[in-house]
Order: sequence, then C-alpha cells, then structure tokens
Amino acid sequence: MSSAISVENLSKRYIIGHQKQEGHSSLRDVLTDGAKSVAQRLIHPFAVSESSPKREEFWALKDVSFDVQQGDRVGIIGRNGAGKSTLLKILSRITEPTAGRVSITGRVASLLEVGTGFHPELTGRENIYLNGAILGMTRTDIRYRFDEIVAFSEVEKFLDTPVKRYSSGMYVRLAFSVAAHLDPEILVVDEVLAVGDAQFQKKCLGKMHEAGKQGRTVLFVSHNMPAVRNLCDRAVWLKDGQVHQVGSVLAISENYLRQSAIASPLKGLQDLITALPQDPVLQLENIAIRQKGEFSNSVLNGDPVEVEISFRVRIKTVGLRVYFDLCDEENNILIRSFNDDAAETMSSVEPGRYVSRAVIPADLLAPRNYELRIYGTIYNQRNIPAGGIGIPLIVESTSGINHAYPQEPIRAKILARIPWETKLS
Amino acid sequence: MTPQTLIIEPGTAERHYWRDLWRYRELFFVLAWRDVSVRYKQTAIGIVWALGRPLLTMMVFTLVFSKLAKLPSGGVPYPILVFAALLPWQFFSVAFSGAGDSLIGNAGMISKVYFPRMVIPASAVIVSFVDFLISGVILVGLMIWYGFAPNPRMLTLPLFIFVAFAAAMGAGLWIAALNVKYRDFRIIVPFVVQFGLYISPVGFSSNIVPEQWRLLYSINPMVGVIDGFRWAILGGNSLFYWPGFLVSISLVLVVLVTGIVHFRKTEKTFADVI
Repeated sequence: MSSAISVENLSKRYIIGHQKQEGHSSLRDVLTDGAKSVAQRLIHPFAVSESSPKREEFWALKDVSFDVQQGDRVGIIGRNGAGKSTLLKILSRITEPTAGRVSITGRVASLLEVGTGFHPELTGRENIYLNGAILGMTRTDIRYRFDEIVAFSEVEKFLDTPVKRYSSGMYVRLAFSVAAHLDPEILVVDEVLAVGDAQFQKKCLGKMHEAGKQGRTVLFVSHNMPAVRNLCDRAVWLKDGQVHQVGSVLAISENYLRQSAIASPLKGLQDLITALPQDPVLQLENIAIRQKGEFSNSVLNGDPVEVEISFRVRIKTVGLRVYFDLCDEENNILIRSFNDDAAETMSSVEPGRYVSRAVIPADLLAPRNYELRIYGTIYNQRNIPAGGIGIPLIVESTSGINHAYPQEPIRAKILARIPWETKLS
Repeated sequence: MTPQTLIIEPGTAERHYWRDLWRYRELFFVLAWRDVSVRYKQTAIGIVWALGRPLLTMMVFTLVFSKLAKLPSGGVPYPILVFAALLPWQFFSVAFSGAGDSLIGNAGMISKVYFPRMVIPASAVIVSFVDFLISGVILVGLMIWYGFAPNPRMLTLPLFIFVAFAAAMGAGLWIAALNVKYRDFRIIVPFVVQFGLYISPVGFSSNIVPEQWRLLYSINPMVGVIDGFRWAILGGNSLFYWPGFLVSISLVLVVLVTGIVHFRKTEKTFADVI
C-alpha cells in the first residue's frame, strides 16, 4: 500500500486584526498606516520599528504531520478551532499553507459544504449541472449519472422547479446527491452529514461507507463520533492546531470523548442544590456524577457511571431514602433505584451526614440523552425536593454493542449487554 | 489513468495552472450560462432588456450630441455613429463591473471549492460578450433602417473585438483581485464606468478632439477600440488615427499582462481575505 496523502510539518498562520472589525482592510487604512509609519520614520529615524499592536499572529496549524495510506478511512477529530477546517482547506487547495508540504496521490474531491454555488433561481436540473461543474465533474459525467443523482435525491417531481421553492430538506438532499456521485480516489469530507433528516443522513452515511468499502481513501471531519467510528478505521486528533494523537479510531475517539466530557463540568448544579428550600428532616447537600474519577455528566456507555448523593438527616426518620430516576426525553422513567434497594426491612435513619453512592454498570445505557433525576424521600410522605433535581446525562457509545450494524439506529431506550449463544441444533 | 502526485507547498507557483484552467473550461461556460440565464429570470419582458438598454442610450446620445450639441458625424447617420461605439463601450463597461463584483459575488464558492480563480472574472466577461452579441442585432437593424451598406472592412471586426476582450479582461482581473482585499473599489467602479462613458468617444467622433491632444487622448485604451470599431463599421467615411491606436493597443497589453500577473499573485490568498 502506498501513501495517498502525506502531510509534513504543515503550518498555517493567520494575522488577526484586533481593532478592525472586518477581515479585509480598506484602502484608507492601508494608506494611513503607510503614511503613519513614514511619519514615524521621519520623527524617530533610529527607532526600532515595532510590530503594529493591532496585529497578532494566530497559528491555526502548527507542525502537523501525518500519513494516510491508500484505502485508509481517516477521521479528523478535535474541538472547534482545533484547525480541522484549516487542514481541509489546505488539502483542498483553497488556501495555501504558510509552511510545510503536502503531497497527494490521486484525484481528490473535497466536500467542505454541500450545494456550493447552487443558484436559487435555477431549477433542480440546472443546479445539478452547475454544482457538478463546480465540483469538477464534466458534463458527460453528469449526464451519465444524472438519473442516479435524481433517484438518490428523491426530488424527481420538482426537477424543473427553481430550487428557491424547495423545502430546505429537498435542497439539501439534492445538494448532497450531486456530491455523493463524484467519483474520486480520495474523498475529503467536512461535516456535511449533519444535514437532512435522520433517514437521509443514514443514506448519506451508507453512501460514504460504500465509497470506503470500494477502497477509496476517505478523510472525514466530524463532531459526530458514532459517524466517525462507523466510517473510519483511523483517526487523527487535532488539538490547538497540533496533532494530539493518531491511531485506531476506537482508541482515539474514546480518549477524545472522555476528554471533551471533562471539559463540560456541571456548572450551576451546586447553585441549584444550595438554593433548595430548607427541609426540617432531610437536606440534599451535594450530587456528583463521575466516570473513571472524572466529574462529568457526559459519559461513555462502555464504562460504569457513579452517582453520588450527599445528604443530611436532621431528625431520626423511618423510611428515609434517596433515589434516582433515569428518564428518557419523553419523561418516561426507565430505571428507578433507591439507596436501600438491597435492605430486608424498612429501617430508621439516625441524624447525621451521609453519602450514598450508586454505580450504573457499563454496557447498560444507550447512546442518547437522558435525564437523571435525584430525589430524597420519606416513605408515604413526600419527596425532597418535590420535583427532584434533574441533571442531563449525555451518553456516547463506546460499549461496542450492536457494532456490526453501525447504520442501524438504536431504538432501544437502554442498551444492555445480554449474553447470547447461538449454535447448530 | 495513472495517479498523479500533487504537491502543496507555500509560495510554489502552480505548475499546472494553465492546464487546470483548460480542465475547468466547462465550469467557465457553466458559470457564464448561469449568469446569463439567471439575469432575466422572473422579469416580464426578459431578453428585451438586453436590447432596450443600448437602444435607449443610443437615442439619448443622438438627441443630446447630434440634435442639441450639433456635433459633426462625418457623413454617417448619427445613430449608427453612436451605436458603433456604444457596442464596444457597453461590452467593456459591463464586463469590467461584472468582473469586479464577480469574486465577491461568488465568495461562497471561493472559500469552499478549489478551481483556478480566473474562471470567475473570465466568465463575467463572457456574460457581457453575450449581451454584446445581442446588441449587435440592433446595429444590423439600424444599418438596414438607414440603408447603410456593409463594407469589407467589417471583416476586421474580430480583431477589434479581440482587443476589446483583452481590455475588459485585463481591467477586470485587476479590479476583481483588488476588490477582494479593498472593498473601496466597489465604490470606485461605477464611478469609473460613468466617467469613462464621457471621456471615451462614445457620443461623439474622436475626430473632434483637437489634433495636438489626440495622442494624449488615446491613453484611454477604449479610444483605440472604439475608433477601430467605427473604422470597421462606418467604412470609408471614418478616418483612422494610427499612432493613437498603437498607444491604446500597447496599453491594453500592459493592463492585460499586469492584470494576469497580479491576479495570479494574489489568487491564493482570496479564500483567506474574502
């Protein structure tokens, strides 16, 4: 296998203006700045010219090096501003690097956007030709694939309607369809899958998957980790314009998700708890959600999640408990778990400070958004606080359950690992 | 097809630039086609606008310069005198302002897709050329109306059209590239176009310019082009001023060459500054 893309010490610098609102300078600015510096020279001929304070360098990419083998499907991941888009722009020849070198072997098609150049006044049919030409297809290519494109986009009926009359879904479908029928050796794709409804997204993902299966080299930038994991086998993690980690997509994406989970601590939760009304019997004092020791409400389902509730009991009470509900987005309670679930009899709790810790096991949660609702309660009397304290729990998938069918949407509310055995009978 | 290796490095001139430009020739026509077909969409009288504008300008100029100012026409019907100049002038001015706005108007494409950027201003020039051809019909109509016989010199017209092309392209490339960085030129362009209409011999024959100023007058490249058009279309009645034409032609060449060089030099930063 030979290298399809080889990136060596690639750097890109932008000069950012602090005072100027807009990126482009007006002629007047250039003239006055020029005049000023000449005047400065006349007044202080020996002064060392200092760089203008208005300008500051910003390295969007710094010494980035990596190799992509032919047939590799590589995901580029990283937070906003990590340099992903700049990297793609350089690879797509839209902008040139400040230093370093890239060599690309094979025909490249890059999709930084779908529907680039679409003209609202033109019909769907005309826009297919227009967009195809912009993406580098020849007219014969387009004519040859025209029916395929139209069928894929599902807008046959509106082919001769100006696209300005299209619904946004139709527009995006048509745009993606043209792009999906490019036939390159190397495909560079930026986050374009975040378009259309779920059904269409699935179709797009399938199309890209197909491209990968046919031995094309795919470079894919996305925030959508499941998509990256489905599509790619390797990943490059960019952080602050530098390559942070390179490796298998599973390992890198897991590290990435963990790191980004830490980056969103549960702000405001403490305030919420402190602001709770005083209760004569039971007071919640602290709530923590942790995974692998890190405090976060954004977790991976391949590892257990700890829920820790600190509370204070003021009066000896019978039937005092704390518990949590795991709710889905429609407010259905999926799991309810009490701190004394294992007890034989209803016990009475002495005054004092307590910490209850629950562990939601690995391989149980589905990759979706839940709400974890925490309550204190006195049996047969009341909940404290009445509505509980709701904490969003965002779960990303690393469990590997149902991994063989990545395109299949997960419909289950929970995704438990159930042992199965199948053999010839 | 053997895979070819593409090297991306800072500052390296694109080795295959002209070949790329050729490869993207379809895009060039598609863009021109887009602009032409979009221009008159959702208008009631459509393509008639392309005829109406030059026709009305011609009528006003004939009225002002011939009937009111009583300028000499050198023996040809004044409307034909005006129209023979209006054709190249309109071609130039529409191409110039179209090319000037073209890069900004297609900013989305520039920041998202690679192609030789020269395709964009070039297709703006082509769009204007389509208008030019349509307006040409009016000239034919006028010649029939006035019973003005065509003459063999008209065969040289392609040469002058070519010069007009070069002038429009050169000036267009300059203004397009400058416009990306300095939006001031957006304001300057309409002014230049308006001003140019009066300093170029559109409404009058350049023969009324005093002899000692004639060479200086030819510094305006459009003077050479317009004189050429008149010479070819009006036939024997029109005099040709060679020194002026040569000055104009050389200036057109200078503008074209420097325009291409400047455009190529700044092209790679377009996506960053647009």
